[in-house]
Amino acid sequence: MLLPVFFLLNSSLRESNEFARTPFALARDPFWENYKRVWSEGEFGSYFINSLVITGGSLILILVLALGAGFVLGRYRFRGNNLIFGFILTGMLIPAKLAILPLFIQLNWMNLLDSRLGLILIYTSAALPAATFIMSGFFKSLPTDLDNAARIDGASEFKLLSKVLVPLVRPGMAIVAIYSAIPIWNDFFLPLVFLQSPEKKTLMQGLTVFFGQYASQWGVLFAGLCLAALPLVVLYLVLSEQFIKGLTAGAVKG
Amino acid sequence: MSSALRKEQNRTIGALLIPALAVIIVFTTVPALTTLSYALFSWEGFQRSTFVGFENFQKLFAYPYLDQLIAALRHNTTAFVVIMTFQTSLGLLFAYAMFRVRRGLRFYRVVVFLPVIFSLVVVGYLWQSLFDPYYGPVNQIIAGIGFPELAKPWLGDTSTALPTLMLINLWRWVGFPAIVFLAGLNAVNSEYIEAARIDGASEGQIFRRIIFPLLAPSLTIITVLTFIGAYEWFDLPFVIGGSNGSPAGATDTLALMFYRLSFGSIDSGANNVGVGSALGVLIFTLVGLGAAFGSALLRKREVEQ
Repeated sequence: MLLPVFFLLNSSLRESNEFARTPFALARDPFWENYKRVWSEGEFGSYFINSLVITGGSLILILVLALGAGFVLGRYRFRGNNLIFGFILTGMLIPAKLAILPLFIQLNWMNLLDSRLGLILIYTSAALPAATFIMSGFFKSLPTDLDNAARIDGASEFKLLSKVLVPLVRPGMAIVAIYSAIPIWNDFFLPLVFLQSPEKKTLMQGLTVFFGQYASQWGVLFAGLCLAALPLVVLYLVLSEQFIKGLTAGAVKG
Repeated sequence: MSSALRKEQNRTIGALLIPALAVIIVFTTVPALTTLSYALFSWEGFQRSTFVGFENFQKLFAYPYLDQLIAALRHNTTAFVVIMTFQTSLGLLFAYAMFRVRRGLRFYRVVVFLPVIFSLVVVGYLWQSLFDPYYGPVNQIIAGIGFPELAKPWLGDTSTALPTLMLINLWRWVGFPAIVFLAGLNAVNSEYIEAARIDGASEGQIFRRIIFPLLAPSLTIITVLTFIGAYEWFDLPFVIGGSNGSPAGATDTLALMFYRLSFGSIDSGANNVGVGSALGVLIFTLVGLGAAFGSALLRKREVEQ
């Protein structure tokens, strides 16, 4: 499992011609020039920031909306609750890819084509059903006495949610955050279809451009791949348990 | 419940539920439903033209699309069967090994799951260079152990491209079923295993007769997810073979064909939004029905613990 990853890391630190002669040799004398070139020539800085803005923006929107919807659906009993819950669940079944054509035309009409905001809204919509499902489960599991105690103390419904319940569903928020953020960060398909301006491109989309430009400059290519994978790998090594739980949420109960 | 509280709750429902519903309706539900209507019209580029009923579906099932459709469907089905057989078994094997291991469980979990967090762009390019005909380590290893005649352009040869793609898929995804099965194994009541052991059952018997049947819920989930993934297989084939499923359509899938019809490509020329939407509807129906049917069927076989 680790060998390909090691090969990638090792090769990224070797001079391209040297790599072509002996692909297996160890990088005894790390050739950092590759990384410098990727960073300065490849627009990686701006790709990186775009990915950060799009993933971060989507994540904030997903968490805020899923907290609200999860709270209402998980904790209130009202007519239509099950119906709305069922409707949101059907959203989980629709893959964004198959609705890509109407989305393209609709975004064009809404003036959201080639816009980071447009992409953020699509990602939010795609992740929201599962996020709401997970959050409502966490809200349901909290004792109802909490609500009544807070209400007797004079808390408004909004205060009850923000001051009493939100701190208690933090583990759920972590799961939702990882479950939603990683596919967004890693995605190249929607940016490929919806973002055209070079200055708006995301990291994974940019990588496809970069690969065309630097064909056969092995060291630089491997350095680019490493840089693109690095942020998530570092986060994963620090928060591996949360990552594993977050990414398998929905497939593993409890 | 007091009427003041009831009123406040109704306001809260409105304020918290409507934004979420609006986003889902505008960016998921409406586009999904419009795909259906798109399939019923003829198109000039991205301009809708006349209502043609089911003509786009008829076109999809005729020359020149039918051959592509059949080939793509065959590749998706092969992917489902092969991934289900090898990736899932290996995942189960890893899970069982991690279940039995005494030390270093955390380390193994982290390693097995690591590729799952990689972007498929990174995975695709990494493996493309590993399988590179000239510089790739795979061929060098094959030549190094004395079989230079077996070295070949794995991803460039029509007979090996699809199997190689499935191998890469295995490396990237095997951690997923492994973790799901591990969670299933941990949920098995250890008293059953103890009781069987006292009765003198062998490890193999314990696994086959007790553990495996109790893993049925995990197997159901993995089967359904694998089915959906296999019939919507797009990212890895796209990164490695491009939208035409190179070489010579050997790695073409339904989703790639859908992409070509939607946006056009260098080989197949202009797009055809109508036929593309018809294919989109077909894929969605196939995946939806298959997943619903399959999970109902598999759930029946699950046993109570």
